[in-house]
Amino acid sequence: MTATSGFSLFRRRNRSIIPGFGLTLGITLTHLTLIVLIPLAALMLRPWDIGLSGFINQVTEPRVLAALRLSFGTAFAAAAVNAVFGLAVAWMLVRYDFWGKRVVDAIVDLPFALPTAVAGIALTSLYAPNGWVGQFLEPLGIKVAYTPLGVVVALTFIGLPFVVRTVQPVLEELDTELEEAAACLGASRLETFIRVIFPVIFPALLTGFALALARGVGEYGSVIFIAGNMPMVSEIAPLLIVIKLEQFNYAGAASVGIAMLILSFAMLLVINLLQRWTRRWAGV
Amino acid sequence: MSGHAPKSRVATNEPAWVKALIMLAALGFLGFFILLPLAAVFTEALRRGVGAYLEALVEPDALAAVKLTLLVAVIAVPVNVVFGIAAAWAIAKHKFPGKSLLLTLIDLPFSVSPVISGLVYVLLFGAHGLLGPFLREHGIQIVFAVPGLVLATMFITFPFVARELIPLMQAQGVEEEEAAITLGASGWQTFRRVTLPNIRWGLLYGVLLCNARAMGEFGAVSVVSGHIRGETNTMPLHVEILYNEYNFVAAFAVASLLAILALVTLVAKSLLEWRHGAELAATARRH
Repeated sequence: MTATSGFSLFRRRNRSIIPGFGLTLGITLTHLTLIVLIPLAALMLRPWDIGLSGFINQVTEPRVLAALRLSFGTAFAAAAVNAVFGLAVAWMLVRYDFWGKRVVDAIVDLPFALPTAVAGIALTSLYAPNGWVGQFLEPLGIKVAYTPLGVVVALTFIGLPFVVRTVQPVLEELDTELEEAAACLGASRLETFIRVIFPVIFPALLTGFALALARGVGEYGSVIFIAGNMPMVSEIAPLLIVIKLEQFNYAGAASVGIAMLILSFAMLLVINLLQRWTRRWAGV
Repeated sequence: MSGHAPKSRVATNEPAWVKALIMLAALGFLGFFILLPLAAVFTEALRRGVGAYLEALVEPDALAAVKLTLLVAVIAVPVNVVFGIAAAWAIAKHKFPGKSLLLTLIDLPFSVSPVISGLVYVLLFGAHGLLGPFLREHGIQIVFAVPGLVLATMFITFPFVARELIPLMQAQGVEEEEAAITLGASGWQTFRRVTLPNIRWGLLYGVLLCNARAMGEFGAVSVVSGHIRGETNTMPLHVEILYNEYNFVAAFAVASLLAILALVTLVAKSLLEWRHGAELAATARRH
């Protein structure tokens, strides 16, 4: 890869004899600018109507803070659930042989393919007090639908493939000789897993966790049906953007949007640093 | 692919009870979060029998929603295919500074909430948006109309084809194209006769995923649609309206069509991975 030296150098001669560079790069940059960059710039410009103090007022409203806390908290919880069970699924798919394995492997991607609104109403019907799952939880005093717990359930569904699909290839490439060596040196299977296998797959596990988290924070379609959307309790940040937009509070909507982007970015930065640190620590 | 340990290597196997526990946890998890929701969609849709199910599907508003969903996909997907091929050609076959920045920008829509993807177009083209007054003067309606739906869908599905083709064409290198050019082929001939046959399965794979997302997108189109029945309602939005009207059978009937689309996509995707895995970037990366 060549050094990144900014846009001004884009047109520097490239010595390839393959034609079409100007045309294809032109199409790429035009499409990118029109569809992605200009609209995102509009998002960044909008809150200047109300100034920095206006922006801070908008995002420190108790209702906005509650929504941001809910969105990030539930996404974190769902990503954690996915880290544990996703690792189990990836381990099963790589290490064990069983009947129907290919189908199980394929169906892991369903949350990528199923429209979020469909997932939302399906999960709501399952976890409603009279639903297939909800009717067994109701006597135990556990309410899932129309509570923050329902949000976690929806985000767990949405984030399910991320951990599996990032850990799976790393597990596949893992050399079993290391495990044999560990076993020969007297390590128990659990010790081998903790000391030999886990350090190698941990960076991938973190990546999957981060992807599931990022997706969960912004998720809308699958959540709004099951959440019940009670202000201050089960109202997610993306929904608050929609509500502010419906009230024609454009600056407010853009402010919440920017706050979400900043928080997501900061979170991913922390995870990235953590990942680098664990990589160095594991010597991978 | 399956790197499972043979029976002789007992040292790298878990005790049977641990294995059983892991499988129980993994399969139970998938059952609860994937099979049950899928079963629920079809059960709820057929709750009042096949007659009511079909009736809900041929209802005029439902048909309008199906048509609109197809229309949006028919515009958004080819545009993103052209963009994806152009981006992959520029990035994979040429050297230029700023490449990694460009790759990051192409990935941008993946890290933005769907609601924000819709929001940016309302801020730009809405009645109170930056260009709102200009558009009103000229009688152009973008938000709360079909162009807005198309734009939001293009934003959301922007990276799919490019993300599949770029690593694939990078892995394939430039030798074949250089040979064709040296032998006197034009750029277009080289693309059609050399590059396209090499990337066709990868392209199909990208189109498949792009299309599934384009037809199923909810958050972004919900913000720009305005929810006008029979006019700016795509299938996922129609599901929401029916559901909020407590018309559950109809909501799940339309949802079942989308679920079938998802299942067909998964089957086609798996077939591509099994048959043409070596010609896909996705299976090389297992993403």
